Amino acid sequence: MNDAAPLRSAPGTIAIECRNVSVRFSSERGSVTALKDVSLTLAEGGFLSLLGPSGCGKSTLLRVIADIVQPAAGAVSVFGHAPAAARRDRQIGFVFQDAALLPWRNVIDNVRLPLQVGGRRSLAAGSMRPEDLLDLVGLSGWEKALPHELSGGMRQRVAIARALLGGPKILLMDEPFGALDEITRDRLNEELLRIWRDTGTTIVFVTHSIYEAAFLGQQVLMLAARPGRVRELVPVDVPEPRRLAIRETPGFVALAAHLRAVLETC
Amino acid sequence: MSVTLAGATPGDAAAENDLDVIWQAAQRRRRLRRRVMPLVGGGALLFIWWALIAVFHVRPFIAPSPEVVAVTVYQKFGMLMANLLPTAIEAVCGFLLGNLSAITVATVFVHRKTMEEAFFPIAVLVNSIPVVAKAPILILLLGNGLSPKIAIAAIVCFFPTLVNMVRGLEAVSPQAMELMHVLSASKREIFVKLRLPTSVPYLFSALKIAASMSVVGAIVGEWIGSQEGIGALIIQATYNFDSALLYATVLCGSCFSVLFFLVIRLLERVAISWQPDVTV
Repeated sequence: MNDAAPLRSAPGTIAIECRNVSVRFSSERGSVTALKDVSLTLAEGGFLSLLGPSGCGKSTLLRVIADIVQPAAGAVSVFGHAPAAARRDRQIGFVFQDAALLPWRNVIDNVRLPLQVGGRRSLAAGSMRPEDLLDLVGLSGWEKALPHELSGGMRQRVAIARALLGGPKILLMDEPFGALDEITRDRLNEELLRIWRDTGTTIVFVTHSIYEAAFLGQQVLMLAARPGRVRELVPVDVPEPRRLAIRETPGFVALAAHLRAVLETC
Repeated sequence: MSVTLAGATPGDAAAENDLDVIWQAAQRRRRLRRRVMPLVGGGALLFIWWALIAVFHVRPFIAPSPEVVAVTVYQKFGMLMANLLPTAIEAVCGFLLGNLSAITVATVFVHRKTMEEAFFPIAVLVNSIPVVAKAPILILLLGNGLSPKIAIAAIVCFFPTLVNMVRGLEAVSPQAMELMHVLSASKREIFVKLRLPTSVPYLFSALKIAASMSVVGAIVGEWIGSQEGIGALIIQATYNFDSALLYATVLCGSCFSVLFFLVIRLLERVAISWQPDVTV
């Protein structure tokens, strides 16, 4: 596998492609099929929400794309390359449910972590500096604060800034706002859309909230549980740019109702 | 004093200021209490000690009264310090040796599970042998100088640090490990940037135990065939029925032990200043 050459892509290319991906976890009690024959295609610059009941394998699918979990069968490609190559080329940023900040590092040093591991020491010309990213997520002035001094929402903003350092082409987000209160979550949803537009990053966003999935995604991929499999791919057809108020429009309400109906059969 | 809500009258700022002053004064009183109360408790115990000796006419070779101990410390200060020095050297060297080996072994255990499976039970076994039983073996092996005492102090420190360090190095959150994987971090980078800083609070709780334990180890080492040191002095004073010297020696040893503990605690405060509230 060639991991030295940078991976390039032409505009309009496919960012992520999964074909018949299956994942099995084996434990002492036997093996569990977490994902079965999951296929998806996501164009560059797209925003895909993954929605499903718990145990449907949406987090696992995200981890397959990030090369954290190896599929038992099927093929995954990230900009035409294996996930491992994309990972080594720093094309993937990951945001976890728990911000996973290092508690002994202040905000700016947490954002700088990607420049201190994995053989990276400097940013490519033209990519955003850690200070710019903190500004992008609305945290300029908080550089020296320690994680325990921040609110949950602020910690996730730091995690997003860290994931964006080095300008990854893909941002994988695993229920990043799941533990936050509704007001904070709403605000971060709007800001995430702004960041998505500003950076042009392709985003896959795992959530168990119908409203979040529909508000953020251009498409919502619904997964059914046990075993995790694709239920339905629902396009989200709402006017851009989206504001929180669109959630009260009849079109959005109908969409949410449809997602809920499908979710009940998952 | 009245406290009003959401009123923007000019008096509010002053009232708030008053509350602040009152609160700060209360804080100061609380801090002072925390300092003074242990002294009061200690003084009371000293008085009871003195009273018991005086009331029951306890003979000096059974137990001395506190003022006799104080006089002995004053008169024999030079001799006590001369004996404390070797004990202190043994304790500190043993502390360094034992903890460094424990940290090294813990690092190996975390990276090579087979080694942990093979050798951890043996470490538990060795640890279960009492210090007083290990000491003669090491003195036969290492002779009669400082080295057997350093070895005993090191062995005593080794086990608590090993257990805590293994736990600390493995206390890394799964998400932090996944993050390091996504960033393609090497094993070495994961160790230096994630595991080691995570383990520091665990390490220091072990080091605080080890600080006092290393002094115990050195003293026990000196009990057997040693001419100098706190341990040797304890044995000599006991055989001579010199209870005042015995108590003075014990006092000397425990003062050093407490001092050693406080130094480690100070280092801990500096090392994990990033934690929200470091108490104890």
